Amino acid sequence: MNKFYLSSLLAVFVLALIAWVGGPSAPWLFGIVLPYLAVILFVYGVARRVMGWSRSAVPFAIPTTGGQQRSMPWIKQNKIDNPSTHLGVFIRMALEILTFRSLFRNTRMKMTHEGRFSYNLEIFLWLGAIAFHYAFLTTLVRHMRFFLEPVPLCIQAIEAVDSFFRFEISYDAIQFGLPGVYISGIVLLAAVVYLFLRRLFIAKVRYISLAQDYFPLFLIMGIAFTGILMRYFTKVDIAAIKELTMSLVTFKALSFKVPQGIGPLFYVHLAFVSTLLIYFPFSKLMHMGGVFLSPTRNLAANTREVRHVNPWNYPVKVHTYEAYENEFRDKMVEAGLPVDKMPEESAEEEKE
Amino acid sequence: MADETPKPSELLSKIDYHTPSTHWMDVPVNIRKGMYCYASNPKSVEYLGLPNARAWNPIEEDWKLPENWQQILHEGFKERLEKFRSIKVFMDICVRCGACADKCHFFIGTGDPKNMPVLRAELLRSVYRNDFTLMGKLLGRFAGARPMSLAVLKEWWYYLFQCTECRRCSLYCPYGIDTAEITMFGRELLNLLGLNIDWIATPVANCYRTGNHLGIQPHAFKDMLEFFVDDIEEITGVRVEPNFNKKGADILFITPSGDVFADPGTYTCMGYLMLFHFLKEKYGLDVTWSTYASEGGNFGSFTSHETMKRLNAKMYLEAKRLGVKWILGGECGHMWLVINQYMDTMNGPADFLEVPVNPITGTRFDNAASTKMVHLSEFTADLIKHGKLDLKPERNDNKILTFHDSCNPSRGMGMFDEPRYVIKNVANHFYDMPANTIREHTFCCGSGSGLNAGENMEERMAGGLPRANAVKYVHEKYGVNMLACVCAIDRAALPASMAYWVPGMQVTGVTELVANALVLPGEQERTTDLRGEPLPGMEEADE
Amino acid sequence: MNDKKWIVLGLLIFMALFLSPFLYNVVTGAKAAPMPEVVLTEKAKAAKQCVMPTEFMRTEHMQLLDEWRLKVVRSGLRDFTNTEGKTFNMSLSNTCMDCHSNKADFCDRCHNYASVKPYCWDCHIDNPQGETK
Repeated sequence: MNKFYLSSLLAVFVLALIAWVGGPSAPWLFGIVLPYLAVILFVYGVARRVMGWSRSAVPFAIPTTGGQQRSMPWIKQNKIDNPSTHLGVFIRMALEILTFRSLFRNTRMKMTHEGRFSYNLEIFLWLGAIAFHYAFLTTLVRHMRFFLEPVPLCIQAIEAVDSFFRFEISYDAIQFGLPGVYISGIVLLAAVVYLFLRRLFIAKVRYISLAQDYFPLFLIMGIAFTGILMRYFTKVDIAAIKELTMSLVTFKALSFKVPQGIGPLFYVHLAFVSTLLIYFPFSKLMHMGGVFLSPTRNLAANTREVRHVNPWNYPVKVHTYEAYENEFRDKMVEAGLPVDKMPEESAEEEKE
Repeated sequence: MADETPKPSELLSKIDYHTPSTHWMDVPVNIRKGMYCYASNPKSVEYLGLPNARAWNPIEEDWKLPENWQQILHEGFKERLEKFRSIKVFMDICVRCGACADKCHFFIGTGDPKNMPVLRAELLRSVYRNDFTLMGKLLGRFAGARPMSLAVLKEWWYYLFQCTECRRCSLYCPYGIDTAEITMFGRELLNLLGLNIDWIATPVANCYRTGNHLGIQPHAFKDMLEFFVDDIEEITGVRVEPNFNKKGADILFITPSGDVFADPGTYTCMGYLMLFHFLKEKYGLDVTWSTYASEGGNFGSFTSHETMKRLNAKMYLEAKRLGVKWILGGECGHMWLVINQYMDTMNGPADFLEVPVNPITGTRFDNAASTKMVHLSEFTADLIKHGKLDLKPERNDNKILTFHDSCNPSRGMGMFDEPRYVIKNVANHFYDMPANTIREHTFCCGSGSGLNAGENMEERMAGGLPRANAVKYVHEKYGVNMLACVCAIDRAALPASMAYWVPGMQVTGVTELVANALVLPGEQERTTDLRGEPLPGMEEADE
Repeated sequence: MNDKKWIVLGLLIFMALFLSPFLYNVVTGAKAAPMPEVVLTEKAKAAKQCVMPTEFMRTEHMQLLDEWRLKVVRSGLRDFTNTEGKTFNMSLSNTCMDCHSNKADFCDRCHNYASVKPYCWDCHIDNPQGETK
């Protein structure tokens, strides 16, 4: 039934096919033009989107307060979830961005037969998300080995940590684990598959999912899968690939002939990555930048202590006390309420 | 009306969390009796000078919209994308992870998937994509875009008035996407076409003219408080003397007019009067009420930012006119969202006021240094902490209490410990509800943001279910019989939802409990509480 | 609004990180860094072909060595017959390094270039024939 994920899957397959066929026959296009184009569009698109956000005003300070406010000294403030200082906001934002703190609060509502409700901790979305993002980041950083020569020690250190668990399968029928297994790649693929499956099998999530929710998942799945395939199974000429990537980042590519012997799988991998970069600024993936700019998180909850200025604050029509008293003066006097002008005074004023 | 509302068991059995097999864009909106509020009275809309005042009916086909309504909406949307970064960012970055889906009380109570906060926002986002994004223009529905149409507009109206702006979803959102902000924005757009509900529009018009939502005129306001003065005298033997519009008083007190008008808020209002009398007799503190600024609540905030500002302006105007030092705010929910996060920005700086200092304890409320408005629970907690109140908490011994954190003071302010501290000092039996339903996780009463009308009882009871369910838990486990709160809409809405879901549960304001325990100078021996119910140990004396 | 400068700053930091491979290489004036030439010893040159074709050896040598290890250590087999029917002793030290006795100029060049750290030399000595250069 769900044409949204099928169409996304199809799009990714078509993309793979094009790169598989096109890559080896037009290596210049797929190995040089496409990645450059992707980087340019990514940089331009992200900058444009973020600057677009920055141009919009923040008229009110509307932090979501997730803990006890600062009031009197003897009441313990929750300085992170209800931050009244810039430091508090910084910590709140850092925890939000680095540990997905709000998502960690997630609960799952359940109705039992007697119409009773329970709200229990639901950790798997958080777990999947955090595994996915950190695995992706590690994978990304690891790939620096293709862009730097000599490879800096810090990158080598990350690789060493990432391949800390030596994991090999060695039988006549199957051999796996050489070169050394990077845990991040496996976790990335597993996490992205999990995120897809939960979209598919949790009815509520399936109901809200759009084609643009499935597409990046398939794309990243494809990236991780082709990466793993190249490293552990079909093998590619890694030195030739590095020659290409180095020529790209040193801008020598234009006068450069794409090395022979780079397998088509690499072009699929590269096309996926390029597509992701191009797609990024126009999609929900911009949550990477947006999370920094969410006014419910990045503002201090000291709104009664420090005045927040609205740049477009404009005067509005109000019903003044004078107009109010004019309407009700007689009744007010009769009821013994104080008035600014006695009825005689105001009557005289009207005459004048 | 009441007989048309389904019974609790019927309502429960109606809840179906299964999602339809058709895509949500293809499920047409069904504006159902009991689930919507009546359209705004054209007189109220006209009085405020808001657009498109006319009589209309939501269940009729023709909503009598201006001819160029689509253009008005588009322009309005565009203008607000520049004015509110929140909206622009929230439109762009939702990843539809679904964390918010089961956090909304209306979703829990109805099972309607469009009450999942994410879908409520998608109703607007889909049009945003169509009108303002490249992907939406290129890929249409595959990018989640759809053009604006009358059916979409009706869907907006129906579901934007099934959100109480409680912000619970925002707490769990990894990007802090706040559906309250989206609903405020959406309702502002609807108001451009004159699509408000009367339970909001008429209180706003009243408030603009008379100073309060109920349209109580100054002399009547004084009369009503004087009724309470009589009642208080009967119970305590002490005649309290409230000040009205008194120039040169120390403090201006503003509370929602609901407390003046309807039980059980009235008992809370008596509590205010007694507390201020005590402070005046004992410490000489001079507190004045205002008939001009006689409303704490701000239904304008459910209309548009401009209307919110127009109504809120009265607080500072009156404080300035009366020459008070600072303002004390009563027990109200969204009033405190407006005061805490909007008032100073909209109508400040209040440089004619002083940084609030409690003259009795010497406490300086630095957290309110700029807005110069202090919450009554903060003020009372400070008094109790310094031992300035003479209290007999045992007078509340027949009340086994729990506390409902109102949405706005919770997630728009973070006031959790102050009211609890007050309650624990004026009463001896207090039990909190389960942790995932209180404090920042609290559930809405189900009737906030202007939805506590009579004609939408089914909507209100459905929305009130999660709160009631947690109350029921402590009711059965600890015998809790009294639900305390610091919100006038709660005091108006919770009695109905309690009678519906948890019979036997009563609702009280925190200050009512304070006043029950408070020993007034020269009072007679009390035999009843403020409600005329016998005090513990006085049951026989009463007979 | 005074937050625009912070947003721009953040954006610049992000862009600098994202473009760091370009920036780093431009700033350090790095060359294109072509794939290193591996040095073949006289003996290797004379042999003309390794145990398998060069293309295969380039990408699959680790796999082959893994297979050899499995057969030698687990099954006690010693003979490897390639596609052309030639038989070799499955031994890193005695077969591979008999020709490729120049680990630094043969193995290490590519491994360093691609930042690969094989664990062969955890057990095997890297100069089994004790040759001096």
